[in-house]
Amino acid sequence: MQIVTLISSLFVPLFIGGIVVFGLAKKVSVYEAFIKGAKQGFTTSIRILPYVVGFIFAIRIFTASGCFDFLASLLSPLLKPAGIPPEILPLALLRPFSGSAAVGALTTILNRYGPDSFAGRCASTFMGSSETLFYTTALYFGSVGIKKTRYTIPAALISEVSGLLASVFICRLLF
Amino acid sequence: MVNYIWAVLIIAGTVVGIATGNAAAVESAAIEGAKEAALLCISLAGAYALWLGLLNIAKEAGLIESLARRMRGVISALFPDVSKEDEASGYITLNIVTNMLGMGNAATPFGLKAMKALQASNPCKHSATDSMCMLLIINASSVQLLPLTVIALRGAAGSSAPAEIVLSALLATTVTTFVGILAGKIFQRTGRCR
Repeated sequence: MQIVTLISSLFVPLFIGGIVVFGLAKKVSVYEAFIKGAKQGFTTSIRILPYVVGFIFAIRIFTASGCFDFLASLLSPLLKPAGIPPEILPLALLRPFSGSAAVGALTTILNRYGPDSFAGRCASTFMGSSETLFYTTALYFGSVGIKKTRYTIPAALISEVSGLLASVFICRLLF
Repeated sequence: MVNYIWAVLIIAGTVVGIATGNAAAVESAAIEGAKEAALLCISLAGAYALWLGLLNIAKEAGLIESLARRMRGVISALFPDVSKEDEASGYITLNIVTNMLGMGNAATPFGLKAMKALQASNPCKHSATDSMCMLLIINASSVQLLPLTVIALRGAAGSSAPAEIVLSALLATTVTTFVGILAGKIFQRTGRCR
């Protein structure tokens, strides 16, 4: 485990240094090239702003109104027969919408039920198995003006549900 | 589809909020949420400048092209409509690799570059190509090898072994990525623009 974290902590510095060394070797004027690319940094962050605001404020309204708790209480009886701990439902529902909301939901689970409880392990496993879907879809497609996202969302949601089931199954086997 | 999901969140939130007397909470949630989102974007500007700057060095050094050439086999299996010389496959590779390494801040600008390159060869500009759908599905299914945020959160919550979920998370994310790609491949014929 130590080795894995060591390698991962070395990766970013090596990646950065490696690109500059490679650039010099290829006779690129590295500083000028960096500045030229970096100029797009601010415009990119401003370009994503409407998409981030759109989803973060929508999910905040949804949770603050009490809708979210109602939905969770409605769905949790369905989870028990499938062997999924109902404690992880808020995380599963928030995961496709917002990264920060999912981190909040995971923190709540870890603190309330304990990180080494079955629910805590399932939630931790699931957290690493999927990503924010709706915001990324809105951002990536919106940035190039595409309106028809076709099967992106159904396929990604199937993948997320498989992640929920797989997380519980894998945790039962491993722990 | 995003339209409807977004509308449901807003309409359900406002209607239920007013009906249950949570109107004030809804108002502050909306305003705080918007502010938090804007602050997040501003704080990302630095990271994006860093990665896009380094990306441009890599591009001028010919690294993107050679990466695209090397990964052509894998990329064209998953992204059939990426043409051979296309720089899109270089950006797609970088997007996936940075996602695998958990460098989300780097993955986004690379992903947006990939979308732009894919859109350039898209015959109908309002509808997603199969490659675009696949890129999004892979991004959403998370291919991160080491869930550092989760490990940190577990540590903060007092876990006796914060990193013990590394293997289970890796297995679970393998399942989601595989299922996502499979679902994408099955749906591929649907809704294609002609």
